[in-house]
Amino acid sequence: MAAGGGIDPIHQFEIKPLIGLRPFGLDLSFTNASLFMVLTVAAITAIMVYGSSQRATVPGRLQSLAEMIYEFVASTVTGVMGKDGMRFFPFVFSLFMFVLMANMLGMIPGSFTVTSHIVVTAAFAFLVIGVVLVYGIVKHGSHFFGLFVPSGVPGWLLPFMVLIEAVSFVSRPISLSLRLFGNMLAGHIALKVFGGFVVALLAGGSVFGMVIAPLPLLLAIALTALEFLVAFLQAYVFAILTCVYLNDALHPGH
Amino acid sequence: MPLRSATVFGRGLAVTAALFVAGAAQAAPQPGAKAAFPPFDASTFAGQLFWLALTFGLLYWLMSTIALPRVGAILADRASTIARDLDNAAAMQAKAEETAQAYETALTEARKNAQSIAQAARDAGAKASDERRRVVEADLSARLEQAEAQIAATRTAAMTNVRDLGSDVAIAIVTKLTGQAPSATEANAAVDQALARG
Repeated sequence: MAAGGGIDPIHQFEIKPLIGLRPFGLDLSFTNASLFMVLTVAAITAIMVYGSSQRATVPGRLQSLAEMIYEFVASTVTGVMGKDGMRFFPFVFSLFMFVLMANMLGMIPGSFTVTSHIVVTAAFAFLVIGVVLVYGIVKHGSHFFGLFVPSGVPGWLLPFMVLIEAVSFVSRPISLSLRLFGNMLAGHIALKVFGGFVVALLAGGSVFGMVIAPLPLLLAIALTALEFLVAFLQAYVFAILTCVYLNDALHPGH
Repeated sequence: MPLRSATVFGRGLAVTAALFVAGAAQAAPQPGAKAAFPPFDASTFAGQLFWLALTFGLLYWLMSTIALPRVGAILADRASTIARDLDNAAAMQAKAEETAQAYETALTEARKNAQSIAQAARDAGAKASDERRRVVEADLSARLEQAEAQIAATRTAAMTNVRDLGSDVAIAIVTKLTGQAPSATEANAAVDQALARG
């Protein structure tokens, strides 16, 4: 890839400090990533807190949106975990909205995608698994580890099954974080690459380049639509899987 | 959603996040690793985790204490308002039906009353006219009897006059013929005889 101009597809993931902050030798600078985290929270707060501030029985547009999101996430939570899963509702809701809003803000040209950094997605994934472990053990004690012992398995097969279950449990945070990270990263790189093709072909000045330049442009447009779908879908998948994992902590016997 | 468990839960989140920041901080100093692929640049991990914990913690707090209870309350309020309105509507409909039923009953009652009143009026009218007719008939028959009696009296009187006249005439004729006046008794007997003969 030509490094000239703004065509470098990796450039968009760079983290640039905006306000330097280095307490105790730690680099805690307020960066463009931090800025978009703050914007994400601000946007969600605008919808959910400001939107519901009227408390109207007949809702306006913003309140309708807030109610729609609330009912969507609530139905997902109760659908997977049942009624008592509502104790995790604020957690799942915050996760879903943060990931969704970060993904969507990332779709704005020239913006930064918070979820395209593995440290962010991994933090969320380990947070989810940490909550599952802590809640499961606090609530059910050793009974929680029955999760690794499937019922109705012949005795000689049990060690293998326990091993498989344990590996699958351990791989959960990895798959959870890599799925979101990979989707966001790859999608944005693909968009940038196809956008870069258009620029390169037009800048090349040849007639041939001028003629075929619309092709990558069309692809970039189609990819943009697809990326919006992925942005929503990955947030939804993240929330659903969070619910599924939390359900193990709520109801370990399966 | 019990609020207390939510705050305990939130504190747990904060502790977990702090652990992550601390863990990443140890891996953070990596000078000279220039031009690394940005998502794998460990020098940015501590800062990202710090700001993520801060912003996500704030978001969790805002959602769990303000936004979600409020939206939940709005939805519950609306559900109860709709249920109450439906109940009210059902009650009103039942009342309206009851009123219509009562009206129907009253109407039937009134119709029945009207019929009996009309019947009574007809009966009373018929009785009154009967009475009047009987009075008039009685009056007429009394007058008729009176008239008949008068006629009979007049006739009797007339017959008496005729007899007297006859005997006077007979006396006058006999006197003229015989020159001798018969006695009144003889004349009367002769007239009676003649009258009896026809």
